[in-house]
Amino acid sequence: MSLFIEFRRDLLIALVGLVVLIAIGLGIDHAWPRDFLTSIFAAALLAMSLNMLIGYTGLVSFGHAAFFALGGYIFGLLLQSPAFTGALGAGSVPVALVAAVIGTGVYSVVIGAICVRLTEIYFAFLTLAFQMFLYSVILSWVDLTGGDQGLMGGIPRPVFLGIDLADQYHRYVFCAVLFVACVMIMRIMTESPFGYTLRMIRDNATRAAFLGVNVTRVKLICFVVSSSIASVGGVILTLFTSGAYPEWAFWAQSGEAIFMIMLGGLNVFLGPVLGAVVLRILNDVVQMYTSHTEIVIGVVIMFVVLGLRRGILDFVKDWWVEKQQARLAAENRNGQE
Amino acid sequence: MFDFDALAACMSTSACLVNQATSGLIIGMLLFLVASGVTLIFGVLHVINFAHGSFYMVGAYFAYTAYVVTGNYFLAALVGAVGAGICGILFERLIISRVYGQNLLMQLLVCYAFILIVDDLVKIIWGAEYLAMGIPAEFRLPPFRIAGGYVPPFYLFLVAVAVCIGVGSVLLVTKTRFGKIVRAAALNAPMVSALGIRVNIYFALLFGYGCALAGVAGALAAPVRSLTPGMGLGILVESFIVTVIGGMGSIPGAFLAAIILGLTRSIGSVGFPLFVDGAMFMIMALVLIFRPTGLMGQGEPR
Repeated sequence: MSLFIEFRRDLLIALVGLVVLIAIGLGIDHAWPRDFLTSIFAAALLAMSLNMLIGYTGLVSFGHAAFFALGGYIFGLLLQSPAFTGALGAGSVPVALVAAVIGTGVYSVVIGAICVRLTEIYFAFLTLAFQMFLYSVILSWVDLTGGDQGLMGGIPRPVFLGIDLADQYHRYVFCAVLFVACVMIMRIMTESPFGYTLRMIRDNATRAAFLGVNVTRVKLICFVVSSSIASVGGVILTLFTSGAYPEWAFWAQSGEAIFMIMLGGLNVFLGPVLGAVVLRILNDVVQMYTSHTEIVIGVVIMFVVLGLRRGILDFVKDWWVEKQQARLAAENRNGQE
Repeated sequence: MFDFDALAACMSTSACLVNQATSGLIIGMLLFLVASGVTLIFGVLHVINFAHGSFYMVGAYFAYTAYVVTGNYFLAALVGAVGAGICGILFERLIISRVYGQNLLMQLLVCYAFILIVDDLVKIIWGAEYLAMGIPAEFRLPPFRIAGGYVPPFYLFLVAVAVCIGVGSVLLVTKTRFGKIVRAAALNAPMVSALGIRVNIYFALLFGYGCALAGVAGALAAPVRSLTPGMGLGILVESFIVTVIGGMGSIPGAFLAAIILGLTRSIGSVGFPLFVDGAMFMIMALVLIFRPTGLMGQGEPR
C-alpha cells in the first residue's frame, strides 16, 4: 500500500494520461491517430526500457531490439500454434503475453550474465553481437519463424474477458493500458531506492561497490527488467501488425531506439517518448518526398549529435534550470541592496 | 541440425579437408584484416569504430569500379585500399574526432548515422542489386592440386597478401618512428604534442591506415563474395568477435582468432550448417567466461 501513497502523484498522472490516450483513440473517428499512437507505444516502450540501461545505469546496449523482437516472436508463435490456442481457449492471449515476457526475461538473464560484467565498449558490442545472433537464428530457422518473410498469415486472437483484440478499438485500448502500465513500472523502479542505486552505479561503480552494493547483480536485474519491458513493446507491435518480422531484431532497430533516447532527452523520464514521436513523424515526412530515408535520418542524427549534443527535453531542462538560477541570483542581488 | 556423418566423411578424405581448410583460411584472412584495423584504432584512440564495416564495403565497391574501368586487379585492389583510407581520414577529421573522449553513446550514434548515410549512398551510386566481380583475369589459371583438393591461385594470393599486411602492421606499430609516436601519443597525447609533434595528424593517419586495412579486405573479398549495400555489417560483427576472442589491441591475437573462426565457419558449414553462427558465439562466450582478456590480450581490466 505504501507504494501507492508514495507514488500517488505519478499514478494520478498516469491515470489522466491513460484517459487522454483512450479519449483520443475512441473520440476521433479515424484510424490514423490510433495506428500512429499504437506504433508509438511499441517504439516508446523499446526506447524507454533501453533508457533504463543507458540513461539510468550507464550501460550502453546496442542490442536491445533483440528482446523486443523475441517478445513479439514468442507471442506470435504461441498464438499461431493450434495446440496452444486449443488447450487454453479464451486464456491464450494473456498466457501468451506472460509467456513472452517471461521467456524474454529468461533469455536476457543468460545474455545479461555474460554481458553486464564487461565495461562499456565490450558491453556495447557484445550486446550487438548477441542481437545479430538472434537475427541470424530468426533468418535461418525458416520452418519455425518463416525466415525473412516473418510470421505470415495473421495471428489469431481469441476473445478473453470480453476483449476482442481483432476489433481495432479494443486493441487500441488494450495496447494503451499495457503501455501506461509498463511506463508506471519503469517510473516506480527508477524513482525507488533501486533506481537511485542504478544512478550511483552509473556515476561511480567502484564507490557503489564499496558501499556494499552488488553491482553485477543490480545491473543484471536492471538488464532483465528492461529486456522484459522491451518484449511488451514487441507484443504490442505484433498485435498491431498481426505478424512479426526479422527486421525487428536487426541492428538498425537498436540504433533507432538509441537515437530516440538521444533525440528526446537522456535525463528526462519521458524523453524517449518524445524522441519516438519526433523520429516517427520525421520518418513519415521524409518518406513522402524520397525513398532514401536513411540518408536523411543519418544527416539529422549527425546534426543532433554534433550540433545540439543533447536531446530536446534535456535542452528544455537545462534552459529551465538556467532561468531559475538567473532568477535566484537576481533576487539575491536585490535582497542585498 | 547436426550432420556428423557428413562431417566424419569430410574429415576422412584429404581432398575435402584441404578444400574446407583453404576456404576457412580465406574467410579467416578477410576477418583478420578487418579486425586488425578495429584493434589498431581501439588500441591507440580508445574508440570502437562501429562504422568499420562501411570501409570494407567502400573498399569492395571502389575496387569493383576500378576493375571494371581498368581491367587490372592489382590496380583495383590499390584503389580500394587507398580510397577506403582517404574516406577513413575524412571520417576521422570531420566526424569521429569531435566525439573523442565523450561518452560511448555519442560515438555509437555518429557511427550509426555514418553507416546509414554510406549504405544509402552506395545504393544511389551502385544500385541495390547484388554485384559480382568474378575471379579477375590475372588469376584465371588452373588450380593447384594439393593432397587431392583444389586450391585456386587467387586464394593463395589472398592469404599471402593478408599475412604480409599483418606482419607489416606489427612492424609498423612496433619498429617504425610512426609507430613509436603513435604509441606515445596513445599514452599521453598532451606530452607528445608538447614535444612539437602534431598528434592530430598522426591520429588521423592511423585511423586512415586502419580503414585502409578494411578497404584491402573489401577489395580482396570482391572477387569471391558478392557485393551488396549492407555487406559491411556482417563482417563488422564477426570482426568484433575476432577481437574479443583474440584480445583487444593484439594483432597476433586477432590473427589466431580469425583463423579459428574461419575454420569454424568452413568446417561447420559441412557438419552443422544451421548452427555456424551459434558455434561462433559459443566460442566467444567460452573465451569471455574462462579468459576474459582474450587469448592474447594484455591483462588490462575491462
